[in-house]
Order: sequence, then structure tokens, then C-alpha cells
Amino acid sequence: MLNDFLILMKPELLITFIIFLLLFIKVGSSMKNESLLLLIQLVLLLNVIAGFFLNEEGSLFGRLYRTNNFMSLQKSILSIGVYLISLLFSNWLKKSEHLLEFFILLLSALLGMFFLISSGSFLMFFLSLELATIPIAAMANFDLGKKVSSEAAMKMILSSAFSSGILLFGISLIYGATGTTSFSEMPALLTGSPLQILAFVFLFTAFAFKLSIVPFHLWTADVYEGAPVAVTSFLSVISKGAIAFIFTSTLYQVFQPMQAVWYNMVMILAVATMVIGNLFALRQQNIKRFLAFSSIAQVGFILVGMSSNSLPGTSAVAYFILIYVFSNLAAFGVAGAISQQTGKENIDDYKGLYQTNPLLTWIMALGLFSLAGIPPTAGFFGKLFLITAGASKGNYIFITIAALNLVISLYYYLRVIRAMFMDKNETPIPKIFLEAPVRFGLLLCGTGIVLIGLLSWIYDYIITIAA
Amino acid sequence: MMEPGLYHILFISAALFFIGMYGFFTRRNLITMLMSIELILNSVNLNFIAFNKYLWPHKLDGVFFSIFVIAIAAAEAAVAIAIIINLYRSHQSIDVETAEELKY
Repeated sequence: MLNDFLILMKPELLITFIIFLLLFIKVGSSMKNESLLLLIQLVLLLNVIAGFFLNEEGSLFGRLYRTNNFMSLQKSILSIGVYLISLLFSNWLKKSEHLLEFFILLLSALLGMFFLISSGSFLMFFLSLELATIPIAAMANFDLGKKVSSEAAMKMILSSAFSSGILLFGISLIYGATGTTSFSEMPALLTGSPLQILAFVFLFTAFAFKLSIVPFHLWTADVYEGAPVAVTSFLSVISKGAIAFIFTSTLYQVFQPMQAVWYNMVMILAVATMVIGNLFALRQQNIKRFLAFSSIAQVGFILVGMSSNSLPGTSAVAYFILIYVFSNLAAFGVAGAISQQTGKENIDDYKGLYQTNPLLTWIMALGLFSLAGIPPTAGFFGKLFLITAGASKGNYIFITIAALNLVISLYYYLRVIRAMFMDKNETPIPKIFLEAPVRFGLLLCGTGIVLIGLLSWIYDYIITIAA
Repeated sequence: MMEPGLYHILFISAALFFIGMYGFFTRRNLITMLMSIELILNSVNLNFIAFNKYLWPHKLDGVFFSIFVIAIAAAEAAVAIAIIINLYRSHQSIDVETAEELKY
């Protein structure tokens, strides 16, 4: 019994252990930031490695918590992302007065996301969703002196509290209609009555808020711009990934009987999200805002894959998010390094970056190519699988719109690449000194972007365990 | 005198929900906006308890859920108020209209 508990909840217990470790260090020791950060990076690396061993299937606490190999893989993807964040932003983290608090909040949010992925009932789902969002709002306020940071945190906490209110109203209606909150009992009780559809619309709205699907995306760009870059990257990569995972599994497993209802909603919102995300990304000057709108457009593509309601859909979403972690973190890592040392965040400032910082430029270019979906980067294969999965429904107008949006997105990604490589600039950004961990993190992102696309067994593996 | 039934309670909770929503959209004071969210959460609690009492009296899910909602609402309010205090320090006001640096 105890063995079961320890092994099934291994990822969560490890994270809890790390949080407590950091708390004890906070109370009892006065380590320097440098050595502390090294320790945290090491522990997070061990956590990533441990995520690949001893994974079993099962459920605990009366099916409130369930896990299987696929969920363990999803958790590993998120752990990799957090490890990369701890590497990429070590310059910023080292100078932060509150390094430990930052990681305690970040890992609490990660713990919430792990429980979110494993949740087996709406009660657990709601609790872990709150655990995953409240610390992020506190983290968005981490630049205490800056006006924009507190504004971003305010927007984040208000919109997330509002969306959880809507989510709860939906859950309460669905409880009234079915008499259960358990994910495994729910599908048999869903008949598609008007009350259930209303409840589903509420639930869907809350998901759309968290995933920043148009028209619920308005908080995204503001929060991304105002928050520190490390937080923004966590928010846009890890948090998006976790919510996309649970959204897929809720739609596919719990709301399977209402598939005819949600297919149309997903389709319409996917089109709106892609189009509006792309059109707004075209006119952005600030690189963080630009990446925010690009990530909104990426969510639109994830929705295209989600609409397929089949095994390829599930695995394509997981595969795409694995790639998205690497490519988006590469872009954010470069933007963070530049903004931390020079304070420059405009795309125009990036002109002539190639003359002074070739490594940064290449990593940024790889990341953006992968986000745009250009072969041979992994992003191409991710988009390919998403769109093939979406096409399995036979709705070709929808797929054509998605493909056209891919072309639009090329324009704005290439605009940044042109600025970096081709545009002349009298005063380019000076040579930026990259410390070893940052350099290592960037190279990891770069190799990830190239290799994940070329190693075909990764997708094969995902599709076998997703079955 | 009529006994209040499920529909009466559902009507009240739906009204509370939309009053909260209206308040959230129209009020410009951050504390009032937070109070509107609390109204929404309380309407949810009312819903859960009503469904539990009238429709599923032998189950406990609804009661548990409302207890957890109360706890989470408190946690959320604590973080939100901390953020609002910090916003007040930097902007000298808790009016949302003063927080206008991030746009478009």
C-alpha cells in the first residue's frame, strides 16, 4: 500500500520534497545565490531524470488521483521545461534578492500542474488548477519596484479569479445535472441535455481563459509584457502545456458523449485564435508582446489537432508541446538574456544582432523557424502531425484556413529573422556575455529543436503510450 | 406560506452570479472587483448546496466542494490583496484605470 503510494505519486512527492528542501535552506542556511542556484539546477536535473524511471499505472484516494505512462511523460515534459528555465535565466536569477522564494513559487505552480494532469475528479481538478495559477500571479509581481510588473500581476490575478468563478459555476451545474464530480463516472451520465450543454459552455470558457483562446485572450499580452521574462516563459510554455494536456484529456475522456457539441466550438475558436493571434502579432514592436501573440496563434494550432478527437490528436498535442517547450524557451531565453543585460526589448533593436552575437542569433533563428514550422526543425513535424490529425475529420475548409495561417505566421517570424541577419545597424546590441549555464541551456534548446524532429522514435513512443 | 424549493435557490444563485459579473465589469475599484468575484464564488456555493440537498441527498460531493471553494477563495483573496497593496505602492491608487501602461 505504502509502496503503491510512493511510486504512483513519485513526481508530486519529488517536487514537494524539493519545495521543503528549499524552505529549510531559506530558514536555516545563508548560502550565496551562486551556489544555491547551482544546487537548484542540479536537483531539477535529477528530478527530470527520475521522471523517466519507475512509472506505473494506477489510481489513489478513491480515484481522485490517477496516473499512467502517458501522464508521467507529460509531467516529464513539464519538468524539462522547468529545468531549462532554471538554466536560461540564471543571470537574472542570480541577481534576484528572492531566489528561493521564486523557486518555491515556481515549484508550487509546477506541483499544481502535476496534480492537474493526474486529476480524476472535478474537485481535484479545481484545487490543482488554483494551485497552478495563484503562485504564478505572485510570481508576475516579482519585479517589485516596477510599475508594469504589479500591473501585470493585477491583471493576471483578477482574470484568473474571474475565470475560476466561471469554471466553478460550470462544475456546479454539471454536478446538478449528473450527481457526480468523478471523471470516470461522468461520461455514462452525460446525455447532452440543455443544462449539461450550458455547463459545458461555462467549463469551456474557463479553459479558454487559461489557455488564452480568442476571445478570452486579452489578459495574455499584458501579463507577458509586464512580468519578468523568466515568469513569462514559465507562463507561456509550462502553464500552457499543462492546461492543453488536461483540456485534451477532459474533452476526449469526460466529454466524449458530447463530442458533436464541442467539435464545433473547438473549430470556430481555433479559427478565431489563429487569425487574431496572427494579425495582432504582425503589428507588435515589443519582442515579449510579439511572442505572446505568437503563442496565442500556436494555441490555435493546438486546437486544430485537438478537434480530431482521436488517438493521433492526443499524441500530436503531446508531441507538439514537447517541441514547443524547446522552441519557445529558445526564443524567450535569447530575449531574456538581451533584455536583462541591455534593457532592449524592441524588435528594431535586434537589427544587426548577427554581427555581434552569432550564437544568440542562431538560437533565436532556430526557435523562430521551429515556431513557424519550417523543416528540418522539429516545429515542422509538430505542425504536420497536428494538422494531419485535424484533417482526419474531413473538414477541409477548416484545415485550409489553418494552413493559410501558417503562411501568415511565416511573415512575422521572418521579420525578426531579417532584422537580426540582414538589416544594417550603426549601433547594434553590444556583445553579450553568456555565462556557462545560460550557454548550456541555449545549446540544449537548439539541439532539442533539431533532434526531436529527426528522431522518429520519439513520436512512435508517444503514440504507443498514449493508446 | 410556500416552502422554498430548488428553483428559488437556483434563481437566487444565478442572480448572484450575474450581479457579481456585472460588478466585475463595471466597477473600477480593485477591492470592489474582488468583492464581485467573491459574490460569484458564493453563488457557486449556493448552487452546490442546493443541488446536494434537493437532487442528490445521499451524496456528499457538493458539500465538500463548497468547503473547498471557501478555502480557495480565501487563498485567492490573500494573494490578490497583496498584489493590490503593491499596486497601490507603485501607483498611489487602487483604481484600475490608473494601471494603463500595458496596452494593445
